[in-house]
Amino acid sequence: MISASQRLWRTSPLTYVALVIAALMSIYPFYYMVVIGTRSLDQINDVPPPMLPGGEFGANFGRVLDNDAANFLKGMLNSIIVSSVVTLSVVITGSLAGFTFAKLKFRGRNALLLAIVVTMMIPTQLGLIPLWGMMQTLGWYDSLYAVTVPFLVSAFGVFMMRQYASQAISDELIEAGRMDGASTFRIYWNIVLPALRPAAGVLGLLTFMETWNSFLWPYAILSPENPTLQVSLSFLSYAYYTDYSQVFAATAIGTIPLVLVFLVFGRQIIGGIMEGAVKS
Amino acid sequence: MSLSAPTATPSPAAPPPRESASRPRKGHLFTRLDLKYSPYLYIAPFFLIFGAFGLYPMLRTAWMSLHDWDMIGDRSFIGLDNYTRLMQDEYFWNALVNTFGIFALSTIPQLLLALFLANLLNSTLLRAKTFFRMAIFIPNVVSVAAVAIVFGMLFQRDFGLFNWLLSFVGVSPVDWDAGKLSSWTAIASMVNWRWTGYNTLILLAGMQAIPKDLYEAAALDGASPWRQFWQITLPMLKPTFVFVVILSTIGGMQLFTEPLLFGNGVILGGDQREFQTLAMYMYEMGITNLNTAGYGAAVAWAMFLIIVVVSLFNFVLVRRSAK
Repeated sequence: MISASQRLWRTSPLTYVALVIAALMSIYPFYYMVVIGTRSLDQINDVPPPMLPGGEFGANFGRVLDNDAANFLKGMLNSIIVSSVVTLSVVITGSLAGFTFAKLKFRGRNALLLAIVVTMMIPTQLGLIPLWGMMQTLGWYDSLYAVTVPFLVSAFGVFMMRQYASQAISDELIEAGRMDGASTFRIYWNIVLPALRPAAGVLGLLTFMETWNSFLWPYAILSPENPTLQVSLSFLSYAYYTDYSQVFAATAIGTIPLVLVFLVFGRQIIGGIMEGAVKS
Repeated sequence: MSLSAPTATPSPAAPPPRESASRPRKGHLFTRLDLKYSPYLYIAPFFLIFGAFGLYPMLRTAWMSLHDWDMIGDRSFIGLDNYTRLMQDEYFWNALVNTFGIFALSTIPQLLLALFLANLLNSTLLRAKTFFRMAIFIPNVVSVAAVAIVFGMLFQRDFGLFNWLLSFVGVSPVDWDAGKLSSWTAIASMVNWRWTGYNTLILLAGMQAIPKDLYEAAALDGASPWRQFWQITLPMLKPTFVFVVILSTIGGMQLFTEPLLFGNGVILGGDQREFQTLAMYMYEMGITNLNTAGYGAAVAWAMFLIIVVVSLFNFVLVRRSAK
């Protein structure tokens, strides 16, 4: 049997060649971002184009910081605030609701869970125009509330935590907590949340990346004076599209934090995405 | 830590005897309320916020689309006029064609490539698995805005990398953002770069769920790897493939950021609207021009219906063809 399956799964050198090419194509644009971001404007207009990083990053990024139109640092700070708050909230509300759907009995449970799953299918852009109007009414135009509050909960988060909680937490564990007279919230906080930590971590990472990278809504509701990082980058690229060095230096700085997070937690993120795919 | 919890102040001075705890109905008043109502309390945040900022705006979109609605002025009920106008609006049809064109150029090659890569990554004896998975997935970590900026320069006419490479095979510089097909190709390549790895991993997960003994039995019967791929992998992968196709449809029909930044922020999507997508047209009508918000809402609902129809169509297509 072993030999049969080995023959079957034999990995030929061509497999590696194809995968290495795919990996290089995935990584190349990052490398290119670094090359252009560390070169002066004169150098990038050369033919053939430069292929190695240069030493001009400081000068390029200095122009970004001096640039009053882009508000880059403010955008970075705003993105850090918004992404952190949204992530924390999605993980807390998601794990609390996910635990509730997985382990507590109440009337209407299945119907409500189905409602949450259905909302995951609805395209987000459908409500964009009225939401924009609502923000005017609330006085949230150009405010961080507009890009935070609507995203404090996530149907995907509830569903993912529900799936994980159903298999990771035994009913006996919860029953034991009840025997000791613990309230439901205490059971959640002391027993369930620690047990959900692996899934909560993945959900947190995915939520942080999604919020950090979101574009359409912040672009619609924030002004260039109070942008998120992505909005700031877009204005920088419109206004200075001839100064590629500056734009690329800023883009690299805006991208590197997430790449570092991914390099550290990539295995868990990929595991979470692949598990989610099989279950749904 | 747990003391700060709002509901954790039941003063458990007299912990209920074990018997009554297992039959909570006779227990403490708090315990009874806790068991009965706290589930609703814990799922309430989702429903409250989603109701206010998700469901309500969607329904309001439908209501708005039946009006001549100025976001900062008057509104009047006009029934289905916005929709009849939409049917004769050449810019709407243009956006529809552009969206489908870019969708075809991105989804089809992307899914074929993802299928191919997933099949390679599925080899059990492959070394450096984690490295390859991470390398292929990493484009998905980059923001769409950053992808659009980087690819915008790669597709630059005078010193962009693609034109430079094309010059070696004797192709004169292409003005990528000037024509329909060229701009669609450039935009689709951004989508492909960012999403191929993601779809590869999803398909890989589906492949790994296929029982290995199916392959071993087939190998013993002398079936070639190619034949095994067609006879076992593809049919068994059908549910995952449907999932991937529907996700790609929902994303592809809402394409916005890539074409917007490719055209330097011009909501028209090129001088002649060469690459204005449906989402951009909705934005133009509903937010750039606030006085036509009602019409923009009609575009939004049309988009939603198109997503539903295309998803169902793809669903049926994939189900049928993989039989």
